[in-house]
Amino acid sequence: MDLENQKRVKEFADEYGPENLVVVLGAAEGEAAGLAAETVTAGDPTFAGPLTGVQLGLQVYHVCEPEMKEEFDEAVYDEQISMMEMVLDVDDIISEMTAIREQYCKF
Amino acid sequence: MNSVIKGASYILVHTPDMVLYNGTTQTTERIVNPESEYLKEVPEKLRSYEEAVSYWPNQTYIGNVHPEELAEVEFPWYDKKMEGADRYGKFGEIMPEEEFLLLVQASDMFEVVRLEKGFVAAHKEALAKDPVITEEILERVHEGVELSEIEQFVNEEHAEGLYFDGKLVGCVKAAHDIDQNLSAHVMHENLMSKASSVLALLYAVRNAGIKKEDVEYVIDCAEEACGDMNQRGGGNFAKAAAEVAGLVNATGSDARGFCAAPTHAVIEAAALVKSGAYKTVVVTSGGCTAKLGMNGKDHVKKGLPILEDCLGGFAVVITENDGVSPEIDLDMLGRHTVGTGSAPQAVIGSLVADPLDRAGMKIPDIDKYSPEMQNPDITKPAGAGDVPLANYKMIGALAVKRGELDRKELADFTKKHGLTGWAPTQGHIPSGVPYIGVAREDILEGKIKNAMIIGKGSLFLGRMTNLFDGVSFVIHGNTADQEKKESGVSEEEVKGLIAKAMKEFAAALLAE
Amino acid sequence: MAILENKKVIVIGDRDGIPGPAIAECVKTAGGEVVFASTECFV
Repeated sequence: MDLENQKRVKEFADEYGPENLVVVLGAAEGEAAGLAAETVTAGDPTFAGPLTGVQLGLQVYHVCEPEMKEEFDEAVYDEQISMMEMVLDVDDIISEMTAIREQYCKF
Repeated sequence: MNSVIKGASYILVHTPDMVLYNGTTQTTERIVNPESEYLKEVPEKLRSYEEAVSYWPNQTYIGNVHPEELAEVEFPWYDKKMEGADRYGKFGEIMPEEEFLLLVQASDMFEVVRLEKGFVAAHKEALAKDPVITEEILERVHEGVELSEIEQFVNEEHAEGLYFDGKLVGCVKAAHDIDQNLSAHVMHENLMSKASSVLALLYAVRNAGIKKEDVEYVIDCAEEACGDMNQRGGGNFAKAAAEVAGLVNATGSDARGFCAAPTHAVIEAAALVKSGAYKTVVVTSGGCTAKLGMNGKDHVKKGLPILEDCLGGFAVVITENDGVSPEIDLDMLGRHTVGTGSAPQAVIGSLVADPLDRAGMKIPDIDKYSPEMQNPDITKPAGAGDVPLANYKMIGALAVKRGELDRKELADFTKKHGLTGWAPTQGHIPSGVPYIGVAREDILEGKIKNAMIIGKGSLFLGRMTNLFDGVSFVIHGNTADQEKKESGVSEEEVKGLIAKAMKEFAAALLAE
Repeated sequence: MAILENKKVIVIGDRDGIPGPAIAECVKTAGGEVVFASTECFV
């Protein structure tokens, strides 16, 4: 994850408390989604950013996961996102995200 | 009449040493993690010049391999070697780092580049053999200085080192003591962009079969900015590169817009020519040192060599309609507007569907789409996926939504109307334009009838707007003959009409 | 229990996946407060 974005995530966790935060991702691939999710839960796996060694354990989802879709207004989702379901490997994204949440999510 | 694509050039410069010293992934790592394993591994993971030359996507970029041929090569490509690969291709070449450093020095007008004497002597002859390098350029290559002088600049005056084979062979000095916009770092970045643009210009003029004197205007569409503290993006790379390339009758300007800039620039050039403002305009761009090794960490982690080891450049020559070359159709432009929004379907809709709607065409009516042609060998291991394929899926999905394509035909659509990516991840370089040279030839040969070039840009990276951007245009076969037939009445027809009128007049007189 | 309702939401979009602003539009409809939305670019 971009270093500046890591910094912001850390600042928001300090400001609002990690239990009050949810991170929503839009990554193009399961692997990239998993890496970003790992960054905001277990710490930056590339050891480059401010979240290195910081285990925030935040709640994190990919926008195409069923848990998210369920909460969105259907018409807005259809207009903004739905076409990408034909483009992305949603199953792969779900399995990567689920694995990271089960392992590292604290909330 | 529409202006035409008279020719195009595509060049690469293999710069492994700059991966380590100038790529931002590596320079950032040096700041945050100076002792990292990754930094130690980088030199071992860099490819040799021969390896970079025999890399299938690179051979595709310079025109020795057709994209369709590349698609037949088993993926991944980093571990396959193309037999009989050549430094030179019909669109350009892959220049080795040592010769390029001499070209960089020749492109420097303010003596900020210093090269070591022995290094210059060892490689000047090789540069002289390059078919596009002129006497005038060679005359600008200085004899060089002692290594101690270079060491002093690097160690005491913050000059950026120039390395070859891991050894210090030169430097780029700061052009000002205080002004950060003229710092050694910025001068280095800008000179590399300029020199690779010079190389692209030289090939473009050759490939288009025009004279250097014919070029009236040059548009540079790179992603760098040159200027000083009072005008940070003052410019003008275009004219600066045109000077070195010997385009004596040209002026020019810079167009910027992140990765969308090349497509913006080609549309602007086509419009300038069609309007009659200029007869010949060249769109050009050099490469970007910052992006070297951008995804290097992922490549190394997965046991790949560092594949982002080349600077890319390209140039497209646009002239008045010659009655033969493919045209840029200015009646069919796509544009992502302020109001379009960022939803992927809205973005693709504005760039692909809207212009086709205006022309009464459907998405499958375009033979080939060229969106972002990044080489998937580079992006897939980095978790960014196959970018061109994702674009084709989006275009296909939109066609399905519009009822122009059956959902079952989606997979086939991406093959039939798509291409496998081959361009280096140099930001603006892979965006739409890599296909222009191939499309020109394929249209001339009748293999395809049209192609849509799509440029997209991440404006939000500049922190001035959250907006995305993009524009598109369509290239098709030459219609000059057809247009003449439709618009004008031939001389014979005119004679026939007069004769008929005379007869009728005579008949009328007789009748009275 | 709702995941997003009354939560502070950080959106990290992807230029080649789904951009930040498109995600933010959806999150708002679920009662989440978007405190930060950005889009990453790997190419």
